Amino acid sequence: MKELARENYLAPGHNACPGCGVSIAVRLILRAIGNNVIVVSPTGCLETFTSPYGMSAWEVPWVHSLFENAPAVASGIEAALQYKGNPDTQVVVIGGDGATFDIGLGSLSGMLERNHNILYICYDNEAYMNTGIQRSSATPLGASTATTPVGSKSYGEALPKKNMLTFALAHNIEYVASAAIAYPRDLMNKVKRGLDVKGAAYLHVITPCTLGWGFEPDETIELSRLGVQAGIFPLVEYENGELTGVRKIKELKPVKEYLSSQKRFSHLEEAEYEKVKESIKEMVRQNVKKYGLLEQ
Amino acid sequence: MQGSIAVAETIGALEPGVIGVYPITPQTHIVEHLARLVANGAINSRYINADSEFSAASILYGAASAGVRSYSASSSQGLLLMTEVIFNMAGTRLPGVFSAVNRSLSPPINIQVDHQDTMTLRDSGLIQIYVENIQEAVDTHVQIYRIAEDREVLLPAMVCMDGWIISHAYEPVTLWREDAIKEFAGSYDPPFKVDPRKPLTYGALTDDDRITEFKYMVDSALCRAEDKIVQAAELFREEFGNFHGDVVEKYYTEDARIIIVAMGSVVGTIKEAVDRLRAGGKKVGLLKIRSFRPFPAAAVKELLRGAEMAIVIDRSFSASAGGILGSEIKANLYHQNGPVLFNYIAGIGGRELYPHSIMEIVQESETAFTKDCVPDGAVFYNLNEELL
Amino acid sequence: MKLNIGGITEAGQSKKNLTGSWRYQIPVIDQDKCNGCGICELFCPDSCIDINNGRAVIDDAYCKGCGICVKECSRDAVVMQPEGDG
Repeated sequence: MKELARENYLAPGHNACPGCGVSIAVRLILRAIGNNVIVVSPTGCLETFTSPYGMSAWEVPWVHSLFENAPAVASGIEAALQYKGNPDTQVVVIGGDGATFDIGLGSLSGMLERNHNILYICYDNEAYMNTGIQRSSATPLGASTATTPVGSKSYGEALPKKNMLTFALAHNIEYVASAAIAYPRDLMNKVKRGLDVKGAAYLHVITPCTLGWGFEPDETIELSRLGVQAGIFPLVEYENGELTGVRKIKELKPVKEYLSSQKRFSHLEEAEYEKVKESIKEMVRQNVKKYGLLEQ
Repeated sequence: MQGSIAVAETIGALEPGVIGVYPITPQTHIVEHLARLVANGAINSRYINADSEFSAASILYGAASAGVRSYSASSSQGLLLMTEVIFNMAGTRLPGVFSAVNRSLSPPINIQVDHQDTMTLRDSGLIQIYVENIQEAVDTHVQIYRIAEDREVLLPAMVCMDGWIISHAYEPVTLWREDAIKEFAGSYDPPFKVDPRKPLTYGALTDDDRITEFKYMVDSALCRAEDKIVQAAELFREEFGNFHGDVVEKYYTEDARIIIVAMGSVVGTIKEAVDRLRAGGKKVGLLKIRSFRPFPAAAVKELLRGAEMAIVIDRSFSASAGGILGSEIKANLYHQNGPVLFNYIAGIGGRELYPHSIMEIVQESETAFTKDCVPDGAVFYNLNEELL
Repeated sequence: MKLNIGGITEAGQSKKNLTGSWRYQIPVIDQDKCNGCGICELFCPDSCIDINNGRAVIDDAYCKGCGICVKECSRDAVVMQPEGDG
């Protein structure tokens, strides 16, 4: 592997769970950015585990906004830097799925629409994990969460995951992409590509959550890899609205393998949930078709 | 000149680096004029058309954290939407200036003036100054940055100006030279800012072991703002010649038996009423509250001490708990012996207050005082029983 | 320690928080098998692996014992061992 500088802009001693996918993602993201950056984060796991008073894990300037307004705070910082005549310092938002998909959707839309020179990175652990695993609109079909629990009248989350790539693309921005922590080089390259944009860019990173998804702390990278290889999380790139990059899959892993590796889906093994599993498999088929995931 | 334009010209002269905008009647004329100044290259400010007031205020938070002066304007529902951010700015000690063009809160939808919108923000730690007329609006905007950005204060600040009566009326007004305004306002030089050369962490999680002290620091900072408001008013008088009061303005209060207490444009009407009553031999005065936050406790105690009756006119109320200004004045006078306090809730949703309205209120209060049947709580002035 | 205004604090102070106390098992690097490829360093959630003189080194002050390095090492050069009396 080619030598790369191993700076750590996320210091050790943070309070993330052992094996936390978010901390892996953020270390890699910050390494790709360097230290000429101002990072803004909304409320969420990342904010909570990196900023106990007097024990911040951030080695770069970092602002905790509120829950619904990280893109707007970042817009204000970007405008301030412009006013001061500083074109070099990057402004990056790193926020969770709760803040991105739900409560901060309006603020994100505003920032993308106004095309601020900001890279927005969503770390997606598919629920409001920080507050105890409650569902967000990023929660996938069939997942059991604290607010979509499995019961006699429910099989877990009954709605499909919202598509944030489509949302971002609707704003005519130059770069929209998805990445996964199991493919660190790809992730870091996509961060760099997003930073190159003189305008808004959106990067979506799936960050498996050992506690929330229900797997062993050492399986985080494995699960990320499996999600990509099962066609659940396609890794794609859009430039100016055109699909220009797809990580092809040599051999599509079975959905069953992905589902059975996480406790949040374990109830789906029951025969009565066959239809839910079918829906998930259908979603994968759609992904394969839409992005051409399988190698020719 | 129209009030909104006069204010916008003043803000333009100050050239805040970042302006966050979201439209709501009746503040729009201010931000529209600023847009024209930007579009014509008259000012270099970064003008951002935000997606909501929440975002507009957040833009100010971001700009202030980056060490750049910022500005926004809002009213009514928009101010409510900004509330969370304003608490956040006060707690993080990020100054930014908001022109609050006072407007009633829904429901029902009403675009006329009362003070319910800005009063709802009173606990946040922000500075609030209520102005009486267009000239005071102009002069207060010149003063406000110097107050808010003072290193001993560092709090968001709001200049409250009555919707339509101040924002849309035309009055002769003096606008000041840009260089004089800039010099008075000084420059924003915070002790901390977001800067890769010196990385800092904004926003932290803390336990009960230190949060009380944090909140106390905000409280102390707002208390310190009182002196700064007084100093700014004095200095402004020296350098520009105008004086509208500092934290309060007294109008014939020295020998007054009855003192009316109020804020905002109704003060002008009350002054007229006081003149007429004085002409008729009544010893009436007016205490104008200019700085509502920080609350001018000492001035209120001192200036009301000698009166027999104080009549507070409130353009807002806290449901079931009376007029907001009235409640605060009453609480402040608790340990003092007198004056007897009357609290009228009036002028809600733009309901007109005339000099004769004030005179009626004085008459009614005097009668009640003489008969020793002072109402216990607040009274809604001129309630139309037929509608109820 | 006096509070900073606005709750604004210095960078990188999390190093005071020795999260090594969380773990009950610790990864051990086999010096012969490890070739310093750095995969473990890339994936460590806690920034507590360094590559020194071509070998991975675990910073036991912070290691939480998650085991990702063990799982991801392509040469089986990292092995988890239970740690003392916890």
